Amino acid sequence: MDVGNRTPLYEAHLAQGAKMADFSGWEMPIHYGSQIEEHHQVRRDAGMFDVSHMCVVDLLGAKSRDFLRYLLANDVAKIDDQPGKALYSCMLNKRGGVIDDLIIYHMSSVWYRLVVNAGTREKDIAWLARHAASFGIEVEVRTDLAMIAVQGPSARDKVHRVLGARADAAAVLERFYATESGPLFIARTGYTGEDGYEIMLPEDEAEDYWYALREAGVSPCGLGARDTLRLEAGMNLYGQDMSEETSPLTSGLGWTIAWQPEDRRFVGREALEAEREAGPLQHLVGLVLEDKGVLRAHQKVIVDGLGEGETTSGSFAPTLGKAIALARIPVGEATHCSVEIRNKRLRARIVKPPFVRNGKSVID
Amino acid sequence: MSNVPDELKYTRSHEWVRREADGTITVGITEHAQELLGDMVFVELPEGGRALTAEEDCAVVESVKAASDIYAPVDGEVTEVNSALEESPEIVNQDPYGDGWLFRMRPADEAELDGLLDAAGYNAVVAEEA
Repeated sequence: MDVGNRTPLYEAHLAQGAKMADFSGWEMPIHYGSQIEEHHQVRRDAGMFDVSHMCVVDLLGAKSRDFLRYLLANDVAKIDDQPGKALYSCMLNKRGGVIDDLIIYHMSSVWYRLVVNAGTREKDIAWLARHAASFGIEVEVRTDLAMIAVQGPSARDKVHRVLGARADAAAVLERFYATESGPLFIARTGYTGEDGYEIMLPEDEAEDYWYALREAGVSPCGLGARDTLRLEAGMNLYGQDMSEETSPLTSGLGWTIAWQPEDRRFVGREALEAEREAGPLQHLVGLVLEDKGVLRAHQKVIVDGLGEGETTSGSFAPTLGKAIALARIPVGEATHCSVEIRNKRLRARIVKPPFVRNGKSVID
Repeated sequence: MSNVPDELKYTRSHEWVRREADGTITVGITEHAQELLGDMVFVELPEGGRALTAEEDCAVVESVKAASDIYAPVDGEVTEVNSALEESPEIVNQDPYGDGWLFRMRPADEAELDGLLDAAGYNAVVAEEA
């Protein structure tokens, strides 16, 4: 068997008893004992995730802004004049399919930082490089950086304690902003529905910070908990809830498309306009199982009078004590549906994600 | 190395079997199996009285991670199920050989039990899979 890629925190994970598994070619911690305990730790206090497998890309050059306005379905013009501000966007192909979803940080007029998924790293870099040449943009893949996400209601306080004097720059950050502090890049963003930071740092400092955070009472959490947290937060996972075969309109991401100004000809715009014009046939919704059982990805969904669809992500939701899912179903008015599990039809309620925000259920 | 009690019988599919004084058997999943699956969140048990054939899938344990079928170790009839697991599936993690048992059955032929693995045999299966 091939040995997967390892992050600078690999040894720390083993030392802390992590159960490791392959994740898009990376050997990553799934949990350190109990996935559910780690989930609750983030909702109630503070947990940290090694997300160094995610790919940080710096775009450098005077035309970086023009380049991104062409390449992304969301419009970086929204974050002009707001240094440090983050924007979430899809990067589309010509057919309007999602190549990847990513976060862009606007650091200066000549520097935007992107964070893309581990599983799409190679094709993303190739796509960026292919279009960058004509804009004279330098695409720098920051393999020298590790990334630690610290999330939860007390995450920021605990990070500030560890950062000492470097905490000042972080403490004044508003949500969805990033700043540099010495060699650290600190962003008040995340993938859990909780407050907290995503911290990028030189790889040779990652382990010291990891243990210092542990010392400050931040629990190590695996990617298992990260998945149930993001699902409760109603956040899509690339490759599961959307792909190159689905558009943002059928993936619950219509809000990330910047239609205005109309003369911004971003990649995929024509296909999206045609789809909007015709009216999308499907949409992504949330499901809460009312019968007993567990929702999983790829279960058949039957909506009376409307037709069939499929769950795209599903799990037991530890915060709710119920099974939840994201599902792509036919567009139309419906409050309930059936989900086929092991040849039985179980009843589920259709809701608008998210399911949980800041530790609390938001579905009732 | 996880705990594999000597007094129990085992299957290759990670169930354990205990012979009870009244002639029934109790079935559960091994400590190794619950460790592999992780936190249990749902257990679906067979109906009482259901007739089972050896290796028939008759129950499901679901962890946060995945659903896993449970197979009947021998032919027989279900006499009792552990209904406490409906509300508290985590008992399977906490006490796999005790309160975390899944169901009881009356074997059609007790001699069939001799065909199951002993602790050493099961340890070999686990070592093979590692």
